[in-house]
Amino acid sequence: MTGARVVRAAGALVEASPLPQAALYEIVRVGRRRLLGEVIRIQGEVATVQVFEDTAGLALEEPVESTGAPLQAELGPGLLGSVLDGTGRPLSRLAEQEGNFLSTGTVATTLDRARRWEFTPSAKVGARLAAGDELGTVVENEGVVHRILVPPDVSGVLAELKAGSYSVEEEVGRLQDGTALRLLQRWPVRVPRPVARWLPADRPFVTGQRVFDFLFPVAEGGSVAVPGGFGTGKTVIEQSLAKHSMADIVVYVGCGERGNEMADVLEEFPTLEDPRTGRSLMNRTVLVVNTSNMPVAAREASVYLGLTIAEYYRDMGYRVALMADSLSRWAEALREIGSLLREMPGEEGYPTSLGNRLGKLFERAGRATALGAGGREGAVTFISALSPPGGDFSEPVTQAALRVAGALWALDASLAHQRQFPAVDWETSYSLQAADVMPWFEQHGGAEWTGLRRETFALLQRDRELREVAGLVGPDALEDQDRLILETARLLREFLIGQSAYDPADASSPVTKTWRLADTILRFHREGTAALAGGGTMATVDVGGVRRTLSALRASPEGTPT
Amino acid sequence: MSGTPRTYAGADSAAGPLLTVSHAHRAVLGEWVRIAAPGQPARRGQVIDVSRGATVVQVFEDTVGLAPAGTAVTLTGDIARAVVGEELLGRVFAGSGAPLDGLPPPVGSARRAAWAAPLNPVCRRKPADFIETGISAIDGMNTLVRGQKLPIFSGAGLPGLELAARVVADARTTHGEPFAVIFVAVGLTQRETQHFLQRFEASEALARSVFYLNRTGDPTIERLLAPRLALAQAEYLAFERGMQVLVVLADATNYCEALRELGAAREEIPGRRGYPGYMYTDLATIFERAGVVRGAEGSITQLPILSMPDDDITHPIPDLTGYITEGQIVLSRELDRRGVFPPIDVLPSLSRLMGAGIGAGTAPDHRRWSDQLYAVYAQGREARLTAAIVGESGLPPADRRALAFTERFEKEFIDQGDTRRTIGETLEIGWTLLETLPREDLHRIPEEAWARRAGRGAAT
Repeated sequence: MTGARVVRAAGALVEASPLPQAALYEIVRVGRRRLLGEVIRIQGEVATVQVFEDTAGLALEEPVESTGAPLQAELGPGLLGSVLDGTGRPLSRLAEQEGNFLSTGTVATTLDRARRWEFTPSAKVGARLAAGDELGTVVENEGVVHRILVPPDVSGVLAELKAGSYSVEEEVGRLQDGTALRLLQRWPVRVPRPVARWLPADRPFVTGQRVFDFLFPVAEGGSVAVPGGFGTGKTVIEQSLAKHSMADIVVYVGCGERGNEMADVLEEFPTLEDPRTGRSLMNRTVLVVNTSNMPVAAREASVYLGLTIAEYYRDMGYRVALMADSLSRWAEALREIGSLLREMPGEEGYPTSLGNRLGKLFERAGRATALGAGGREGAVTFISALSPPGGDFSEPVTQAALRVAGALWALDASLAHQRQFPAVDWETSYSLQAADVMPWFEQHGGAEWTGLRRETFALLQRDRELREVAGLVGPDALEDQDRLILETARLLREFLIGQSAYDPADASSPVTKTWRLADTILRFHREGTAALAGGGTMATVDVGGVRRTLSALRASPEGTPT
Repeated sequence: MSGTPRTYAGADSAAGPLLTVSHAHRAVLGEWVRIAAPGQPARRGQVIDVSRGATVVQVFEDTVGLAPAGTAVTLTGDIARAVVGEELLGRVFAGSGAPLDGLPPPVGSARRAAWAAPLNPVCRRKPADFIETGISAIDGMNTLVRGQKLPIFSGAGLPGLELAARVVADARTTHGEPFAVIFVAVGLTQRETQHFLQRFEASEALARSVFYLNRTGDPTIERLLAPRLALAQAEYLAFERGMQVLVVLADATNYCEALRELGAAREEIPGRRGYPGYMYTDLATIFERAGVVRGAEGSITQLPILSMPDDDITHPIPDLTGYITEGQIVLSRELDRRGVFPPIDVLPSLSRLMGAGIGAGTAPDHRRWSDQLYAVYAQGREARLTAAIVGESGLPPADRRALAFTERFEKEFIDQGDTRRTIGETLEIGWTLLETLPREDLHRIPEEAWARRAGRGAAT
């Protein structure tokens, strides 16, 4: 018998032999059902393969076929609005073919081959084209222009390019050397797509969430780690960001999370209106979904797939928000595979390469000038939820993420128990990029943004100290000035930091509204302080009045005073 | 798959629950195995590792007295399957699927793979139908909906199982749709299972229930098999027979212990506290089998019971479970000692799908009502701690009021003894308690909600 065979199978790992020509990360098809697998170790003629599908039912000596290519993403028009599994198969097409349950070995291409797109060329025949140059455009969805770019590894003189209606695999033109040009291109998911140059992070990724915009802003192209124990509202935050943040394209990777939560996203996103275009949010969204009960190796791949799609739209000049929920599940997939490989484990059983691999993921975020003429600028902002065991941030995955992330939005269980949402612990959270984006907020949010922010932090800090004292001696024993601080901090927590994702008028807060709420609270504090210094008592400070003002502000979507 | 059975005389080695056969032909991963040894009861097993040199079989039963040389190992050519069908209703099975009620094995309507394929996420429907359990702390503040998986985090000596039994006996479907209860005992003691069964026999629920009982003395691996047999049956009833299925699994902690024991026997590299690194994924293959599917009438709701070792919610078992399930109902030892039933601590409890089930399904101001109860109760609990140091008289007036509220809330709202409450009754008790406080303490309830409340009060 010729050809490679399964010589060993255990869990998600299969050994195939002889595969003397195998390359690391090459895709192979395993067994009669042709399960999708990836070579992760080679010893002589024996290749160890991690299989992205369930291996139960696989027999010894079943054939293994190599494909000669690594795991690639299919990139082209039709990505937006689709729901893909971790290896890029569209889940709705799988459902049509297979029914409600995912069976194994099903092949489905990411992009629909039957669908046709109107291509409008912009490059001129005879022009010398380099990687990243625009060939033309396709209107992918209402309001989203999909730029067809020369793939990063292609260049030459354009011999032919025609307008018309094409499917993604048809040739739209050709270079003089004969290279065919198509709407579709492929890119290995584990390799970052190249850029012309990286740009400084000097403009914010505006989230519409006050606690982030005001206290812990991140830059466009930045990265954030959002760790929180279960029930602290990570998923709600990620979904709020997907809905309300200032991004042109949203890529949402549901990595090892709950099926019902994904059902929620899948039902809700198409009905949600994109606040800027008035169209369905799904029009600018790609979902990559690998729920916790789906094969673990595909979970590991899902984050890379999401990143590659995000980079592809970045290269067109778009601002892309990439949400991963959650990277802890991705790290656990690494651990499971490492354990099957019998690798020497590092901390808590995670592979020793965890930090390195996590760092490489985060480094794929950034704002950049894309390859090609025209100097298109795009960004991938990476927001990564983490699920630390027991809510303990000292665990290896959170720690590894903190070494590379530009900001930490720490979620706290005790705040969540008090139903204070978003349950962001302002003492632990930080942003390394705040200083870089302050000028923007001063200009667009309101004057003295930096000052108000500093004042807020000081008050919250003082509040904490006072509450400790008050816990011992009772609040009545405090000076009026101190009681005023407690009162102000309560307003800050309730009206500025607190924001309900379920309140339509307040789910997203424009930066001007954020500024006005902060300004109102802090003005109340300054005036109250002055009144007390002038001999007044706490009883004369009109807390009820400022509360009514703040309630009205909060209830107004734009934050305009009534 | 289904292939031909092959029998091999003599295994090569045995270690703990593992048996190795070197000369098996074309063994299949996950293949079901029968093991016969002279003078001993028949055993079953599953192929977990195949290679040219060796086929490793994990034996389901105890391997004491098993001599590899004299053993006949039959690879059945099939994987583990569950017999499913409506005729299983009203019956009692062991964790292996063998009948325990003295009746013959069921023929069933179909045979399904026990380790089933995952549900395609795009085929799921978002769970949104309110289930009235009759328990105020659940219906009012941690609402359960159809298709949800909501575990009860219990502890040694806490009445987790009793609470589940109450929910099962009292749960109602709103429009009289067909429904079924599936109870899976995993490593439970004789006493616990008897107690649960007795509650059932007293009610009419028995005829629409199926029991899978793996008791403490039963084989460890059946602890892994029993939930999967049960869920295959649940999937059949829910998605092919349109029934509303409630699955109660007790105790998930025993399940995880079994997983750890088998992992160690396979000499796997352990993760946290010796539990296997894949425990999250493995638990997900159970809990994720809850849900509602597009185009199907039925639903699977799971109510697993989990004993937190040493009441520690950060222990790997409750921790990983909490990350998979849609919330948790946490029982409190303190409330239990004070005789409160059910002793649910609402502060760490949560139902993630509550938002979808309330409002139209219950009352328009349900969310605000619940948020307000949470806020005052949290404030009162904090005040209780402060009062322990400075005395109640040292508290500011608002905290004193919250503390008084908290005492009444635990006695009148949480504690309900044997009474079943409708959602209307639950809401009314909550409103009454809130009304003991001045409006200025109740920031989360807007004027229009009070107006609605007043309007309804006047109407009735």
